[in-house]
Amino acid sequence: MSKLRAFGAFWYDFVIGDDWVVPVGIVFGLAGTYGLHHAGVTAWWLLPLVLVVLLPVSLSRAVSGPLLPRRTRARRTPPASPHTPQGH
Amino acid sequence: MSAAGSALFIAVFLACAVEAVEATTIVLAAGTARDWRSAGIGTAAALMVLGVIVAVLGPAVSHIPLTALRVVVGALLLVFGLQWLRKAILRASGHKALHDEAKLYAEHLAEAKGQQARRSLLAPDWYGFTLAFKGVLLEGLEVVFIVLTFGANAKNVGLAAIAAGCATVLVAAAGFAVKAPLARVPENTMKFVVGIMLTSFGIFWGGEGAGANWPGSDAALLVIIPAVALFCIGLTALLRRSTGGGGSAPKVPQPARQVAG
Repeated sequence: MSKLRAFGAFWYDFVIGDDWVVPVGIVFGLAGTYGLHHAGVTAWWLLPLVLVVLLPVSLSRAVSGPLLPRRTRARRTPPASPHTPQGH
Repeated sequence: MSAAGSALFIAVFLACAVEAVEATTIVLAAGTARDWRSAGIGTAAALMVLGVIVAVLGPAVSHIPLTALRVVVGALLLVFGLQWLRKAILRASGHKALHDEAKLYAEHLAEAKGQQARRSLLAPDWYGFTLAFKGVLLEGLEVVFIVLTFGANAKNVGLAAIAAGCATVLVAAAGFAVKAPLARVPENTMKFVVGIMLTSFGIFWGGEGAGANWPGSDAALLVIIPAVALFCIGLTALLRRSTGGGGSAPKVPQPARQVAG
């Protein structure tokens, strides 16, 4: 039983890897390309678009946060002035 | 050689070189820590098994209709390519430890030295035999997959096999000449490049298999590959800035917080 589990784990790791979102996104991308082509719509652009969305999403899942630099977000909040009253 | 043929050769050569570096590290550890004869027999046995797999799967793959083959192979190349790219970008941006061949060699060596000797009919040292056999077989399976899928899709298995053979012989010769892990091979950069190639070919073949008609036909690859490369370099730079590291080249590692995987 443990050998069967190890065999399954090997193939899961080999095909699915670290992030299941990637293979699922690829399957949707290929299915969408097939669907667009059979609907008579130009379809070559869909897989590059899938890459442009999927890779940043997967990376942001890996680093547990958005890819935007923290410095950019911090700039939106003005620094506290030394003359600002600190409450009463 | 055509542009598509050159791209095929480079992709297969680099991918197989990376796998060969990892297999060589394991065989060197098995030979140094245990017994060179057993490591050699293990390597030869694994190569024979791989030869049988190629002999069985090679003709079978060539009988699959090209459209179906391109969808399946395109999907697998995209999955593998994005896995490689994900790791390469995380490593280049300092979010994941760099792949260190010298460290892996030391780990294999320590583990192999700690095992007790046991003779078998196949080899003087069973542990050295199995360590080399498993290492070469597992890394070799990836080489076989790359050669068969790339070769069958490009209708040029011969060129893919030559590229794989060149890479394997070159890396193995270098490894056994220095009798040390090939730590100076820029493996992380090579993995970044291979990830770009696998992903680009995956987009191209997967799209074709699913019915898409690429503008410019095969020449579209010459746009897809640099576009994917630029996108990944941009993502690396963005991730580096999010760690506060700055810089843009994907080569230089920086110590930072690590993620699993």
